Amino acid sequence: MESSNAFVLSNGIFVTSGGVSEEVFAKVQNIPVSGSHLDRVEAVNQLSREIAEGRYAVGEVREKLEQIRRMPGKTRKMRILGSGLGSGAFCYVYGGTLQDCMAAFLAGLLLYVFVIWVSEPHLKKMMSGIAGGAVATAACMVLHRLGIGQNLDRMVIGSIIPLVPGVAFTNAIRDIADEDYIAGTVRMIDALLVFFCIAMGVGLVYTVKQRMMF
Amino acid sequence: MIGQVTAAVIGTIGFSILYSVPKGYYPYCGFIGGAGWLIYCLLFPACSAPEATLFAAAAVVILSRFFAVRKRCPVTIFLISGIIPLVPGGGVYWTAYYIVMGEMELASETGFMALKVAVAIVLAIVFIFQLPQKLFRKQEK
Repeated sequence: MESSNAFVLSNGIFVTSGGVSEEVFAKVQNIPVSGSHLDRVEAVNQLSREIAEGRYAVGEVREKLEQIRRMPGKTRKMRILGSGLGSGAFCYVYGGTLQDCMAAFLAGLLLYVFVIWVSEPHLKKMMSGIAGGAVATAACMVLHRLGIGQNLDRMVIGSIIPLVPGVAFTNAIRDIADEDYIAGTVRMIDALLVFFCIAMGVGLVYTVKQRMMF
Repeated sequence: MIGQVTAAVIGTIGFSILYSVPKGYYPYCGFIGGAGWLIYCLLFPACSAPEATLFAAAAVVILSRFFAVRKRCPVTIFLISGIIPLVPGGGVYWTAYYIVMGEMELASETGFMALKVAVAIVLAIVFIFQLPQKLFRKQEK
């Protein structure tokens, strides 16, 4: 190989290389703006450290990467539990009572059941933001009506928190700070849009509730 | 306040599960999230929300970089989970709520505040990532 060049964005990798037999060879690899598999990030990081130490041959590396690609991630049960924990805890952080937390915990569980079985397989990103916000808000309203929890606001705030696009938001800032404006802008729009859609979902349910009361 | 910080720790760990952080890092993520919220709580009555967020987020980024070097893993793992308590989720909610209730003045006020808090997080990340890596490596020498 005589020449090679790589242009790496956080949503795409462009590589060219040239040799004697073939002048220029180019490869483009798209990285979709979705998913939050920090375990894979960690595994690849570990792998590259081991490569730098010279522990693997080229073929082994490919096999290792394939293993990382197939890493199972967290089970559905764990993710639902994580969502409930996040909701309940943040409800308390934002000033809810313990009973509000219980309600937010339940709403958070329900929200992720919805996310895993409806949003992820069937809905586009915008729609899943709106629907997620609506489901969480509606769940809180029902619980509130049933007498579980006193402050509806705090309950809703807690239970929509698992939808917040933390990964996209943080990565967008880091991309922009690294002068990687294209990837950063794409991610920032992605994050802001999701924020906006959650707010739409919450607003939608409140509007329906108001109309039904009068 | 102790209760709130504990809740922030638990919440951050909940988020680490959502983002598939490897199990061994849960305590660190929780610690970072709790530390960020503790600083926010200490500052908030005295400073405005964006100011308190700026310092709290700065602490979160410093701790994330520190642990990333210590544990030899990407800083993202700690940063993304640790920053969550500071993200203005409440602001987004109140903005939507006031818009629906037709209280435009309150809506723009809370919406703008949420934006300011988000900008504070951005600034903290930009500032702290500008610090040279050397600062975080002292123990190894």
